[in-house]
Amino acid sequence: MRAFRFALSGIARELRAGELLVLMAALSIAVASMTAIGFLTDRISRAVALQATEVLAADLRLSGGRPLAEARLVEAETQGLSTAYGINFPSVVFSEQTSTLAALKAVSTGYPLRGELRIADRLFETPRLAEQIPAPGTVYADAALLARLGIDVGAQIEVGALVLTVTQVLVYRPDQNPGFSGLAPTLLMHVDDIAPSGLLVEGSRANYSQLFAGDPDEVAAFAAALRENRPEGVRIEDQAESGSQLASAIDRAGRFLSLASLVSLILSAVAVAMAARRYADRRLDSAALMKTFGAPQSFVLQVGVWHLLVVGVLASAIGVGIGYAAERLLSSALSGWLRGDLPAAGWAPVLPGVATAMVLLVGFGLPALLRLGDTPPMRVLRHDLEPPPPGIWLTYGAALGALGLIVFWAVPEVNLLAIILGGTLATSAVLVLGGRGLVALLGKLRGQVGVSWRYGLANVARRGGDSAIQVVAFGLGLMVLLLLTLVRNDLLDGWNATVPIDAPNQFLINIQPDERDSIRQLFSEAALGEVEFVPLVRGRINTINGLSPSEWREQGRGAWRAGREMNLSWSATLDPSNEVVRGEYWSADHAGPPEVSVDEDIAAEMGLTIGDQLAIDIAGVERIATVSSLRTIDWDSFKPNFFMVLSPDGMEALPQTYITSLNISENQTGVLRQLVRQHPSVSVIDIDAALAQVRGIIQKATLAVQYVFLFTLAAGVVVLFAAIQSTLDERRFESALLRTFGASRRVVLTGILAEFSALGLLAGICAATGASIIGIIVARELFDLPMGLNPVLWFAGTIGGLLLVGISGTLAAQGAAKAPPVNTLRGH
Amino acid sequence: MTKSQLNEDASPATRSVLEARALTRTVPTVDGTLTILDDVSFTAGRGETLAIIGPSGAGKSTLLALLAGLDTPTRGEVALDGYSLQGLDEDGRAAVRAGRVGFVFQSFHLIPALTALENVMMPLELTGEPRARELARDILGSVGLDQRLTHYPAQLSGGEKQRVAIARAFATRPSLLFADEPTGNLDRDTGKTVERLLFDLNRDLQTTLVLVTHDPALAAQCQRRLSIDGGRLVKDERS
Repeated sequence: MRAFRFALSGIARELRAGELLVLMAALSIAVASMTAIGFLTDRISRAVALQATEVLAADLRLSGGRPLAEARLVEAETQGLSTAYGINFPSVVFSEQTSTLAALKAVSTGYPLRGELRIADRLFETPRLAEQIPAPGTVYADAALLARLGIDVGAQIEVGALVLTVTQVLVYRPDQNPGFSGLAPTLLMHVDDIAPSGLLVEGSRANYSQLFAGDPDEVAAFAAALRENRPEGVRIEDQAESGSQLASAIDRAGRFLSLASLVSLILSAVAVAMAARRYADRRLDSAALMKTFGAPQSFVLQVGVWHLLVVGVLASAIGVGIGYAAERLLSSALSGWLRGDLPAAGWAPVLPGVATAMVLLVGFGLPALLRLGDTPPMRVLRHDLEPPPPGIWLTYGAALGALGLIVFWAVPEVNLLAIILGGTLATSAVLVLGGRGLVALLGKLRGQVGVSWRYGLANVARRGGDSAIQVVAFGLGLMVLLLLTLVRNDLLDGWNATVPIDAPNQFLINIQPDERDSIRQLFSEAALGEVEFVPLVRGRINTINGLSPSEWREQGRGAWRAGREMNLSWSATLDPSNEVVRGEYWSADHAGPPEVSVDEDIAAEMGLTIGDQLAIDIAGVERIATVSSLRTIDWDSFKPNFFMVLSPDGMEALPQTYITSLNISENQTGVLRQLVRQHPSVSVIDIDAALAQVRGIIQKATLAVQYVFLFTLAAGVVVLFAAIQSTLDERRFESALLRTFGASRRVVLTGILAEFSALGLLAGICAATGASIIGIIVARELFDLPMGLNPVLWFAGTIGGLLLVGISGTLAAQGAAKAPPVNTLRGH
Repeated sequence: MTKSQLNEDASPATRSVLEARALTRTVPTVDGTLTILDDVSFTAGRGETLAIIGPSGAGKSTLLALLAGLDTPTRGEVALDGYSLQGLDEDGRAAVRAGRVGFVFQSFHLIPALTALENVMMPLELTGEPRARELARDILGSVGLDQRLTHYPAQLSGGEKQRVAIARAFATRPSLLFADEPTGNLDRDTGKTVERLLFDLNRDLQTTLVLVTHDPALAAQCQRRLSIDGGRLVKDERS
């Protein structure tokens, strides 16, 4: 306790004097980067949990084929839960002209308990939030239903014995099924209209549901009670079920971001080690003095450890604050990624943040401090005496252990941990070697330059090890930023260039064979050109080379979708967006045993080769098709494409629908409206919207990663400051000496500027080299795009490095040039 | 720790506060063993003032370090206030020093992070003294620095720093005070003030004062002068 009091009285002063600022800054950045990501993923997870409940339109849903006990609703309400109920069943709906089968969804007031209902006043108008469900006597009908009935809002329809008025277009309801089945024409009505409609009689096929929402604990208790006493034939769903997949996706994203933040953690660790070493060095005199006055080794050590702990706690608090603020910025930048407002983050991420600070301190700071205990008291008389350096095993062992712990927290898989640690060590070694090489090369230049520059360049070369670490730290930070800005833009531009301007932006599906002519005519009248219809058949692979999918799997091969229904097509000719890479595509006049052409990747996954035989069941008829070619597909063409395409042989006669894609500009959307009216069963899928969403997500994801790497750059700056601080006394003395010999302050400052500009230039070269290499590899391997060297990258890298490091380094070290030489020389 | 056998039979009044017997310190060099201090023996009694003088490189600082237990002799033995340092490890020697030994250095050696008051409190806190603050304040007052309590070393003049150092050295009322060129970094007048302070406190508190100095005038004020040359005690002179 004495040591604690003693430590506390000294630390306040040391904090004020800025002695511990670099250490605090390094730790704060590490904590901030960890907690910002923690807060963000925590917040997104909460949003996802909320959205998962949207899928149910409630926190808890009960459903079954028979009417559910009303008493349960009453019971739930007495427990403070909100409730609603509904009935779903198919029924034929009539308009004046025609009739169609629709999915009827009758709901009670309060629906939906979670999520929102969106409606529009007229077909294709901007949707808005519905404040309530349709009143009895009215209905909301979706676009597909209105189209099939040939009516718009305001029309009357017959549902059973009732005549109901369509008052709104139903655009979205939270519990609609995702995917194509969600496109089934739907009618939303009030549950009170069900009885007078006379549609449901004893034995009618319908799905009854009860919805519950409220305080999570109360809902959980209610659900638990229900599960204990589950009524027969009743399904109980809650968000844990519906949200687990999304949650694991978010978890993975969180881990990826944590991994990305590892770079800043490693740099912070370097800064912590440097700052702790300097701190310990500056405390050697005090330690010797304390021992002279009778303090035991343990006391001296305890004082040092308490100092570290206090710094750790303060830095954690600052880091958590910065992390929280950064997360606010980040999530506002990411808004719209998830629907609705993100709920506030919890405090759970604080713990890993604080733990990070402590682990960094123990692993990277403590070994330097342990030396203090060994300070010889003789130092009070002979200032050159120093404690023995900390053992190499202690220093590197502690650092590796700490790093391992942090990485393991970010990725708790041993293999990956080994790969990342090994990779980090190897990359660092290569980078440090490269940095050293550049530094050495620079040293050779000093004979060619003036006095200030010679002084500056000599400093870079003399502090070789530290200089190399700084070059690497800045090089890494800059490299990642270059990758995320310039290289990303290059890649996106490259990708955009491969997508033709008139690429299709609308897909039409569910086209019946007899609708083709009229659709073709409709589009040709609208001057949209020739439409190509691609047949779509549903089929299932029964056997592969006579083996069932499970037997095939037992041979260690993938079975992809074998055994399940899948979409297939057939064609006489090869679409230009496909390229045969193995085997031969059948001739246009092929008439022989059926053949199948398989996507190369799927074939690789399934272990299929040319000559393999697939038994495919189409509409109850099995046909044996021989794999005759493997194709690559250019998905960027946005044309309808299939992993498996069959030869024509008699396929035309099988039940099938058609699918097509076309480019429709904004002012041509009228033709789509006409199409939906004339062909209500055809579904239109807008790819533009989907593409915009994908682009938006890519943009936001890179933004998130960019934010994370801003921490990396900040950590790089702290490494620079730590390095400068560790040389500040030396610099002061040198500058005093130079000035005593008549050098002006300008000469000394120019020398400092030269030193840091040179470091910045080297870091920029490292960054541009790394970014170019990675950019080219990513472009070739992942995006299949040709990509050369971008001169802008080199320009931005070197100039950016020069300015950033040159200016910040000079600013940090200029104090050394300002100090009056007499003070420094006297003090030395 | 055990009381030194050297002092076992001495009566409290005559018991020596510092005893050095046959102190020798050698260091290995490439040219063979170098003897820095050779067979130095002497004792100093309570309240005695003693100057160690000699040319540069004579072995004065080595002797001071061995006497204070900051370093260990190759041969020979030291007893501080009746406690032998022989066989003690660094912590053991520190424990003997705690509260019994004070130090004043040429370059003051104040802890820059602590105020004048906190610097003086340091040795008191190390002995677990509960009234550390009060005692430190008193003694700073007695060296004329009661207006400088909250000042940091950087805010004090050289003379003031040395007065803080003297206050720190005497704070625990040690039996023994070692001073290494205490006025070496001060101008004449300030040096005089500091000298006076040292001898006054030595007299008031009956502290044995061991000074290492080049300054013949300062040495002349001591009751004894030990001259060291070439590592040997060449003269033990009393005034």
